[in-house]
Amino acid sequence: MLDIFMEYYPLFLRGLGVTVFVTIISCFSGTVLGTFLALGKIYGNKFVSALVRLFISIIRGTPLLVQLFIIYYGLPAYGIRLTPIIAAVISFIINSGAYQAEYLRGSIQSISGSQLKAAQSIGMTKWQGIRHIILPQALRRVIPSWTNEFIYMIKYSSLAYVIGAKELMTEGKLIASRNYQFFNVYFIVALIYLVVIVIFVYLFNKIEKKVTIP
Amino acid sequence: MPTKHLLRIENLHHSFENEEVLKGISFSLDKGETKVIVGPSGTGKSTVLNNIIRLVPPTRGKIYLEDTEITSAKNINEIRQQIGFVFQDFGLFNHLTAKGNVMIGLTKVKKMDKNEAEELALFELDRVGLKDYANSYPSQLSGGQKQRVGIARALAMQPKLILFDEPTSALDPELTGEVLKVMRNLAEEGMTMLVVTHEMGFARSVADELIFMEGGNIVEQGDPEKLFTDPDHKRTKEFLFQLTNLYGEGEK
Ligand SMILES: Nc1ncnc2c1ncn2[C@@H]1O[C@H](COP(=O)(O)OP(=O)(O)OP(=O)(O)O)[C@@H](O)[C@H]1O
Ligand SMILES: [Mg+2]
Repeated sequence: MLDIFMEYYPLFLRGLGVTVFVTIISCFSGTVLGTFLALGKIYGNKFVSALVRLFISIIRGTPLLVQLFIIYYGLPAYGIRLTPIIAAVISFIINSGAYQAEYLRGSIQSISGSQLKAAQSIGMTKWQGIRHIILPQALRRVIPSWTNEFIYMIKYSSLAYVIGAKELMTEGKLIASRNYQFFNVYFIVALIYLVVIVIFVYLFNKIEKKVTIP
Repeated sequence: MPTKHLLRIENLHHSFENEEVLKGISFSLDKGETKVIVGPSGTGKSTVLNNIIRLVPPTRGKIYLEDTEITSAKNINEIRQQIGFVFQDFGLFNHLTAKGNVMIGLTKVKKMDKNEAEELALFELDRVGLKDYANSYPSQLSGGQKQRVGIARALAMQPKLILFDEPTSALDPELTGEVLKVMRNLAEEGMTMLVVTHEMGFARSVADELIFMEGGNIVEQGDPEKLFTDPDHKRTKEFLFQLTNLYGEGEK
């Protein structure tokens, strides 16, 4: 097995690079999207809040694979042609954003309303209060769910192989179709996912400890 | 007509849904004065304070800060900078240290330079006896210390007056003294304060005027000593007698 890895490691690592890149971009951008969605749902007017609710239920109520296909195979009909990686990243951001919006909403609402009142009492606008007082606390509280989301995203990013994005799973499939060592090749792929996830979980736990308020 | 009062409240009304909780409150506060509001629970004391800084906008009536009518003023955020507010539950920002709590209004609202803000924050923390706790987070402070940070945060904005909503009622009895002492010093230094409290010792020794509210009205207001010893209304006598029995006369 080691010999297969030694022979093909540039391909495995290239695939891993794409997987990690796609995951990190999707997760972080998903957090930004999720934050705006959560704020829209909580603080927006009736219209904004209803729109966000609708968006979240559509995204959470349909399979990620279907969303991926609509973006990659469906959009060209409207003149929008995306590379597999871009299509994958976009659909993952949208999907992750919808889930993260719900985690963030819970986290924001768990922060006492008196925090915003106190912020306004010293002359902050509502938006300043949200930005400087509510979000710094809410984002800290959401780190454990965010870590989970990141783990899901690393694994779900393998779905991108169905549209030919050259991430870890796709590279594995290409290698296996060359040497017919399916068991060994996919075993290596699984091992790489496992190692990477363990490393990231360790990192995020460190970060969580570091930013935790006593 | 221009006025010499620092704060003037005229015929303030407030309704939550259909329930009228303030039924025409009028009083004023001069520079350097301390007035204490007392009254039974649910009488509308907090609503008066919240109306003043429009955390809850009043239904009807006018409030003037010096010559500015603030009930309809557009720049409410600027007006709030001029009126400090101290909360019963402290309202400290949990993710910031004591110093950070005092600084954030200076840097984000007043756009003050960071070093300057830090210097002022340390000065105000020193003023409430908490210089050594500048780097502690709220969860590491006692209730009395938290409330003193709350006061320092209000002071740092250099407000024209400070509103206190039951600043000691969430504290263990042995911790109320340190907060009242800070407030007493402020009064002596000439800070203008409007205080809702049941601490009758503080009211008798510090307040220039005591305002007794009940059922959304001011029943009686005047010299605290007079209200305690020879009030015009029977209800005032009953209520203050009850309070004194409940909370004692406090340190005078
Ligand atoms: N947000 C609100 N919505 C509806 N009713 C409210 C609201 N806030 C307060 N009230 C009601 O208004 C009345 C006055 O409340 P307020 O908090 O001003 O009283 P208070 O004198 O400060 O009482 P306490 O001593 O208990 O703090 C009460 O009957 C209360 O139930
Ligand atoms: Mg109250």
